Amino acid sequence: MKPAPFAYEKPGTMAELFGLLAEHGADAAILAGGQSLMATMNMRLSAPEILVDINGLKELSGISVSEDKLSIGALTRHCDVASSEDVAARVPLIHLAMPYVAHAAIRNRGTFGGSVALADPASEIPACMVCLDGEIEITGAMGVRCVPATTYFKGLYETDLQEGEIVTAVHVPVLGDGERHAFDEITRRHGDYAMAGLAASASVSGTTLLNVRLAYFGVAGTPVLAIKAGAALEGTINDSCISAAQNALDSDLDPFDDIGCSAATKLHLAKVLLDRVVRRLVAVQ
Amino acid sequence: MDKAVQVSMSVNSEAVNRTVEPRQSLADFIRNELELTGTHVGCEHGVCGACTVRLDGQIVRGCLTLAVQADGCTVETIEGLTESGEIADLQNAFVTRNAAQCGFCTPGMLLTAAELLAADPGASREEIRKHISGNYCRCTGYQAVVDAIESTARNRLGEAS
Amino acid sequence: MSGLTIHDRPNSYIGRSVSRPNIRRLVEGKGRFTDDMSLPRMLFAAFLRSPYAHAEIVTIDTSAAEAAPGVVRVVTGKEMADVCSPWIGVLSHLEGLKSQPQYALPIEKATWQGEAVVAVVAETRAQAEDAVELVEVEWNELPVVADMEMALDEATHVIHSDLGDNLAWQREFATDGIDAVFEAADQVVEETFHFGRHTGVTLEARSILSDYDSSEEQLTVYLATQTPHMMQTLFAKHMGLEDHRVRVISGDVGGAFGIKVHSYADEYATVALSIMLKRPVKFIADRLESFTNDIHARDHRITARMAVSQDGEIQAIDYDDVTGVGPYSVYPRTSGIEANQVVNMTGAQYACPNYRARTNVVFQNKTPMCQYRAVGHPILTALTEGLVDKAADAIGMDPVDIRRKNLLPDDSYPRKSPTGMLFEQLSHQESLEKIVQMMDYEMLRKEQGKLRDQGVYRGIGIATFIEVTNPSAMFYGIGGAPISAQDGATIRLDAKGNIIVQTGVTEQGQGTEAVIAQVAATALGVTMDKIKVLTGDTDITPCGGGTWASRAAGVGGEAAAQAGHALRQRILEVAAIMLQADAGTLDIQENVIVDVADGRERISLAEVGRVAYYRPDTLPKDFQSELMVTRHYVPKDYPFAFTNGVQASYLEVDPATGIVTLLNHWVVEDCGTVINPQLVDEQIRGGVVQGIGGALYEECLYSPEGQLLNGNMADYLVPMAGEMPDIQVAHVESRTADSELGAKGAGEAGTAGAPGVIMNAINDALKPLNARVTRQPFTPERILQALKTV
Ligand SMILES: Cc1cc2nc3c(=O)[nH]c(=O)nc-3n(C[C@H](O)[C@H](O)[C@H](O)COP(=O)(O)OP(=O)(O)OC[C@H]3O[C@@H](n4cnc5c(N)ncnc54)[C@H](O)[C@@H]3O)c2cc1C
Ligand code: FES
Ligand code: FES
Repeated sequence: MKPAPFAYEKPGTMAELFGLLAEHGADAAILAGGQSLMATMNMRLSAPEILVDINGLKELSGISVSEDKLSIGALTRHCDVASSEDVAARVPLIHLAMPYVAHAAIRNRGTFGGSVALADPASEIPACMVCLDGEIEITGAMGVRCVPATTYFKGLYETDLQEGEIVTAVHVPVLGDGERHAFDEITRRHGDYAMAGLAASASVSGTTLLNVRLAYFGVAGTPVLAIKAGAALEGTINDSCISAAQNALDSDLDPFDDIGCSAATKLHLAKVLLDRVVRRLVAVQ
Repeated sequence: MDKAVQVSMSVNSEAVNRTVEPRQSLADFIRNELELTGTHVGCEHGVCGACTVRLDGQIVRGCLTLAVQADGCTVETIEGLTESGEIADLQNAFVTRNAAQCGFCTPGMLLTAAELLAADPGASREEIRKHISGNYCRCTGYQAVVDAIESTARNRLGEAS
Repeated sequence: MSGLTIHDRPNSYIGRSVSRPNIRRLVEGKGRFTDDMSLPRMLFAAFLRSPYAHAEIVTIDTSAAEAAPGVVRVVTGKEMADVCSPWIGVLSHLEGLKSQPQYALPIEKATWQGEAVVAVVAETRAQAEDAVELVEVEWNELPVVADMEMALDEATHVIHSDLGDNLAWQREFATDGIDAVFEAADQVVEETFHFGRHTGVTLEARSILSDYDSSEEQLTVYLATQTPHMMQTLFAKHMGLEDHRVRVISGDVGGAFGIKVHSYADEYATVALSIMLKRPVKFIADRLESFTNDIHARDHRITARMAVSQDGEIQAIDYDDVTGVGPYSVYPRTSGIEANQVVNMTGAQYACPNYRARTNVVFQNKTPMCQYRAVGHPILTALTEGLVDKAADAIGMDPVDIRRKNLLPDDSYPRKSPTGMLFEQLSHQESLEKIVQMMDYEMLRKEQGKLRDQGVYRGIGIATFIEVTNPSAMFYGIGGAPISAQDGATIRLDAKGNIIVQTGVTEQGQGTEAVIAQVAATALGVTMDKIKVLTGDTDITPCGGGTWASRAAGVGGEAAAQAGHALRQRILEVAAIMLQADAGTLDIQENVIVDVADGRERISLAEVGRVAYYRPDTLPKDFQSELMVTRHYVPKDYPFAFTNGVQASYLEVDPATGIVTLLNHWVVEDCGTVINPQLVDEQIRGGVVQGIGGALYEECLYSPEGQLLNGNMADYLVPMAGEMPDIQVAHVESRTADSELGAKGAGEAGTAGAPGVIMNAINDALKPLNARVTRQPFTPERILQALKTV
């Protein structure tokens, strides 16, 4: 199918962008990588009247690191995040997750901010943001605000983003001393959206974990921080605490049914992932 | 609202100036306006990879990119890559290994493989399989395609060393 | 020279992996697919499709659509019926099969979600789609028959009240005394198998460009089809034209697999629109339309049992099948054939005399089902081989041993199956031994055992199969379908010594053109570069059936062989006159006329061509050269050329996730003469992967309201490169004596065996965990359910 007709604008400045968003309100949609938006428009599942292409706003691209945080501009392509040495060294979780995001040609266009804005429940990226306790930088005509990822993702494809605002960047803390990350997901085919996935971080010393953060995706409308399971893993890792943590997932998670993957299966896979990912965190490196 | 937009770009090293409807995808533009029909359309939702073209040197989904977005860019299609001889070895390997049956996936498959070959001619079979895992082929079962890419990679490495 | 068969020809191309002459243009992006064609004043069609699985069309308001930019015409079912007559998808040899007249656009009600109801023609496809959104239809929703198991219940709504019930067709077959055999048996194993409804997902969607020239009453249809001549006849019939006023041209076809062997309502509609408008009209199904309109296949539930003696003799097979085929039997091949094949061939590779089969083919409100690659075979193979493995397990016998014991002996042919299928020569035993060696069965079993102790669950699966190829008119023709079982080849020598072959079989990437060229080159004695093959144009090629049921090489190839022989004879007659020699002492080798006796080169083929065409004055008055020959061929001694083969799979099941990893896959196949080993192997590999699709991924999932839930490429999973194994292929060659070439078909063997072998391997892996799966596709979730994990 072809998309319904729409107008196209490509602002050259942020001011122009916000002018256009103010003028068109809910009729406008931001076009970033287009890897999700164009697909839905090509099925006429969405039909915005005007596309505001932010690809001319070069200031939205790029990765920068400071003392304690790494920032990824909203327009940074998945492929650039995947190949960034800064990301690999300072925020390994994102580096581990990126190869699971779609396929090469899609990573060449798709943007980090686009994924954060879209908030697909099965996407790796929102879960990484939640796991890392990162912040989403949102800019509107009135200025910039930063929202913790833990409160930014509100529901199925629903975020804290308000009309007239865009995601301009994300900020995540860099790897602390002794902190480790691990990532895994279960898909039927390489590059598919996951049936269930887990982004994890913890402070590791030997086989002891502290500050465990387990962010699941593909199991609910938003990434889910498994608080009780995380708590059950604080301390020395052994079979019994892993199974206690797995049991805790029964109350942490309330999965939904997907096409071909029931809630029960998702919960089970979440437990399998917990075992695998936690063992990876404490594995001798 | 949906008024036509003037675009200029380089397509296969030729300057192209056209007026396009914003909603026209790059794949449709290439096929219908430029009559370069080697780029195929298999799904229009980004999944099959038949529409793969190069935009500013990187492979992209032609169906998820708008023609207007290619304004000022360099676009390369299977026709351009054939003309330049850049992937002649890969194409020959596809011929000898019968890595194309119906040939509908083939241009997209070749462009995708070319990106891997350029980046990493040492890629393993498994890496080749992963790299082309966003390109549907309904005919070959993939083995011949993997073989052809692998043999091209090995030959390129051999020549380089 | 005469007396030599094609197998004894010097410099033969038979059995050589020569490259396909047409592949180069495909790798250069110069393929000529239907959507690549455009014609002056071309318009585009789009359809309003039913959002409901079953709904009465109360009113249609097209006024807003008609006023939309670029719109040329909006057509409803009533107007469409003035141009295109309805059809009924029945065949007389499937006795009792019934169906309702189907219109290009329905007039009273829509019977599946996605059925085209209103056509819009506009200057661009996008404009046509815009206008479709403006068409207003008032619907009256009707009760939906979704579940095939309930289709025959008293309480279930009857879709076509004229037909009385939802039963499309029923067939029963039974040998005498079968109940007594089951009662007396040492062991009876039972199983219920479910086969997921799936579809072909050709990467090129169905594509048509129809052009009507009223000045000549000439209809030209560019169509992505496997069967140009059948479509010519059908378009002529339903548009009220004479056949010779209709030309169907099929250029490059981007995958077909049976999807493009049927006639589709939206394609008739497109043709009718071009006649109404006297302008070219193009319709390219988009992917969403493809999922709800390309035929679906395989949706079967089979409850089966097998009787086996303690020492491993398979004594009886009995099953009960129900299959839901959508609201209409598909025209013209009908939707009864898949179930019929299952009845005809289940268990037929075994020397098992007692057999009973029952099948109910029912109507329901889902996309119509019909023949798709390997029609019935994936079902009957999984059914048979699943039972055999279960029986072996019940009596504690090795899966290979039970097959050795029961497979038809290679020296027992010709013979007949219990249902009357006639087998000329099969090679089950040799094929089995060959695969056992190839895979190193003993070693694998040891490795499997060792790994099991370490908690790694690997499975070894074996599945033997037979496959029907090269069908005679017994398949469709006798039932009244305008489907040619015979095929033709016309071969001519041009004045420069080149050969042009026109063939009725078609190319969809399997290599038909290469195979025809190889056969013709060999029969004639010319090199491949001299040959040009023309296919897919009803104005040019001899009348033939096209490509289906793995017939292109066996039937089309034989016609080319015979035409090639005949033309060689004619060429030699001219040469004999020119050389004042006896034609019997001459032959053609590598484009040159030679003496048979010593191979001495006499004159070139080009010289013969030159004289025949430009200097006939130098030939005797009473001699007329005829350097163009047509030959036709249809298998006569056997209604079908059965082939056989065996597949083996080695895989690993992760019991924690239910994910299956395919490690290795082997195929031994006997398609008679292997004309081009590379092409045959690639057909088999591609076919195996399509079969794996059915086994692991593919399923059209419906809601109880008859809504297709995963009708897009993101949600309907097909095999991708990352998960597929490398596949080892080997051959046994039992030629058919029905033709000189001896070739049988090979295009479907991979698909026929793969689902069964994957199922057996998964169940072998799961055995120590006391779990079994029999519902395809074997998704992680279904495996976890079988393990009682979820
Ligand atoms: C076949 C296929 C497979 C895929 N598989 C995966 C996968 O496994 N994992 C995964 O995570 N993703 C996957 N994706 C999605 C891909 O990563 C997308 O690129 C991503 O989700 C969206 O990024 P985008 O830049 O393309 O956004 P767009 O498609 O341009 O936009 C998406 C939405 O976000 C809005 N938006 C975009 N940027 C901003 C912004 N800066 N501020 C405010 N709103 C904005 C848009 O208006 C739109 O509503 C897949 C896509 C395809 C086609
Ligand atoms: S047509 Fe673009 S990915 Fe399928
Ligand atoms: S060759 Fe047909 S889809 Fe790949």
